[in-house]
Amino acid sequence: MGSRGSHAARIPDGDSIRRETGFSQASLLRLYHRFRALDRNKKGYLSRMDLQQIGALAVNPLGCGVGNLRVDFPGFVRVLAHFRPVDDEDPGMRDPKEPEPLNSRMNKLRFAFQLYDLDRDGKISRHEMLQVLRLMVGVQVTEEQLESIADRTVQEADEDGDGAVSFLEFAKSLEKMDIEQKMSIRILK
Amino acid sequence: MFLLLPFDSLIVNLLGISLTVLFTLLLVFIIVPAIFGVSFGIRKLYMKTLLKIFAWATLRMERGAKEKNHQLYKPYTNGIIAKDPTSLEEEIKEIRRSGSSKALDNTPEFELSDIFYFCRKGMETIMDDEVTKRFSAEELESWNLLSRTNYNFQYISLRLTVLWGLGVLVRYCFLLPLRIALAFTGISLLVVGTTMVGYLPNGRFKEFLSKHVHLMCYRICVRALTAIITYHDRENRPRNGGICVANHTSPIDVIILASDGYYAMVGQVHGGLMGVIQRAMVKACPHVWFERSEVKDRHLVAKRLTEHVQDKSKLPILIFPEGTCINNTSVMMFKKGSFEIGATVYPVAIKYDPQFGDAFWNSSKYGMVTYLLRMMTSWAIVCSVWYLPPMTRETDEDAVQFANRVKSAIARQGGLVDLLWFFWGFEQCGPVI
Repeated sequence: MGSRGSHAARIPDGDSIRRETGFSQASLLRLYHRFRALDRNKKGYLSRMDLQQIGALAVNPLGCGVGNLRVDFPGFVRVLAHFRPVDDEDPGMRDPKEPEPLNSRMNKLRFAFQLYDLDRDGKISRHEMLQVLRLMVGVQVTEEQLESIADRTVQEADEDGDGAVSFLEFAKSLEKMDIEQKMSIRILK
Repeated sequence: MFLLLPFDSLIVNLLGISLTVLFTLLLVFIIVPAIFGVSFGIRKLYMKTLLKIFAWATLRMERGAKEKNHQLYKPYTNGIIAKDPTSLEEEIKEIRRSGSSKALDNTPEFELSDIFYFCRKGMETIMDDEVTKRFSAEELESWNLLSRTNYNFQYISLRLTVLWGLGVLVRYCFLLPLRIALAFTGISLLVVGTTMVGYLPNGRFKEFLSKHVHLMCYRICVRALTAIITYHDRENRPRNGGICVANHTSPIDVIILASDGYYAMVGQVHGGLMGVIQRAMVKACPHVWFERSEVKDRHLVAKRLTEHVQDKSKLPILIFPEGTCINNTSVMMFKKGSFEIGATVYPVAIKYDPQFGDAFWNSSKYGMVTYLLRMMTSWAIVCSVWYLPPMTRETDEDAVQFANRVKSAIARQGGLVDLLWFFWGFEQCGPVI
């Protein structure tokens, strides 16, 4: 409450986070305030409970196997960094020795791929597609319809016929998509 | 000193009379409607009045802050991120149009690219939602005069502090005793009523009475919490031979659900007051209580649940929650059991509105009694309940897949889907401490 000091020095490891994620000083500070607001008990990390509070909804731990998820501030920013709008700089200017920035087209695609690939085996199986579909399409669709949609989607993207969608197949089926724009969140100045 | 004596007895008399009047009013306006399941709309009126008071208080706070030149709200009240006000359908159509060269008139129901919309929306909610955007947790407490600590009020005018003090007075000295009296009435009626019904011979009359005793007592308890509940899709309410699976794990959920339907509870046997209630309830109708030793035996749990569910004359099961997953394994056992036995599952999504009182139970911080006291000293508890259509396990589906399917349905209804994108994204790409 009252006016807060706006020093980036208050953010622990602020400089290294900035370098890794590419967020500006101001954006990082906003995210830090947001992190602090969500971290109700000032533990220094976000637990499942903290994030669930956003929707004023606490989930019954039916699937408690997610584990003791603890999101510290660098982790929080790292995930959100994937949604940073792509920098306008000329790709030829970038130092090839530096790792690709988190918000590059490839990394955004990889992030989306990993949302589908639940067991992290590098392929989206029909079963994984079905699970993710259920969340997106909703209860109005019957189970048979969901299964046929999952089958069709996997078949369309699958090129080598192994019944699953690899990352390259995924990237290929979305090559015309303007991912940079669709998977970007602009932070207000 | 001696002059005080006649005044003393007058005051005592007045006090006695006012208390009697108060409790008679209580009886007429709260308990009798609870018995018949009728609502006078008093709670909704109360909520509207509270909203008006809070709005006035906020104006005062803003004015006071401007005078003193203090920053009242967090610096980013206009939002942290730029949001496009497009709808789900428009957005998805645009995404698909940009990605494929297919003809637009046969838009299929789903494309691989749809995930971009959903995960972006999820992340946007994490970064910036309506309530948290405007206030931090402490400021929300000052706004609804519900602050439990004093240090937040340094910047505010005398008038508002007085109002806050009045609020504390009302909540702790008027509402709290009222609610405790109601809770006490509700619980004792439950124990006495079910014990009495237990003496009757089995039959339709006993069932009828038992149902109404249970419902009446839960309704009184709902009023004891001043819970303002909106039920949606009541035609999907659980039926005999089914299991009701809800998404919350606070004891208040039981009260909320059981006041709208007649359930058989499943839980562990406790000692103390809970044990007394449990023993009394089971006399009137068959609830399923497990001893502590029995809970560890998975086959026994499954067997007893199956027996209950297969008897069509028995009531739908409601699993009695005792705490969050971290410190309670028996609840997990019951939940796993309920997906394995192949009964019809009736998912229910419960969503709380934090404006008038925070129903979140941090069970590592508060015990149950402290939690209930916090609930009873809040203004009100506002929530919505959605009854989702029943689900059964498919033949080629195992228990875990079935559980995930039910979980997805509840998550989707409860608006939790946004958070799942973040969780998955974090697990896949971020480190865990």
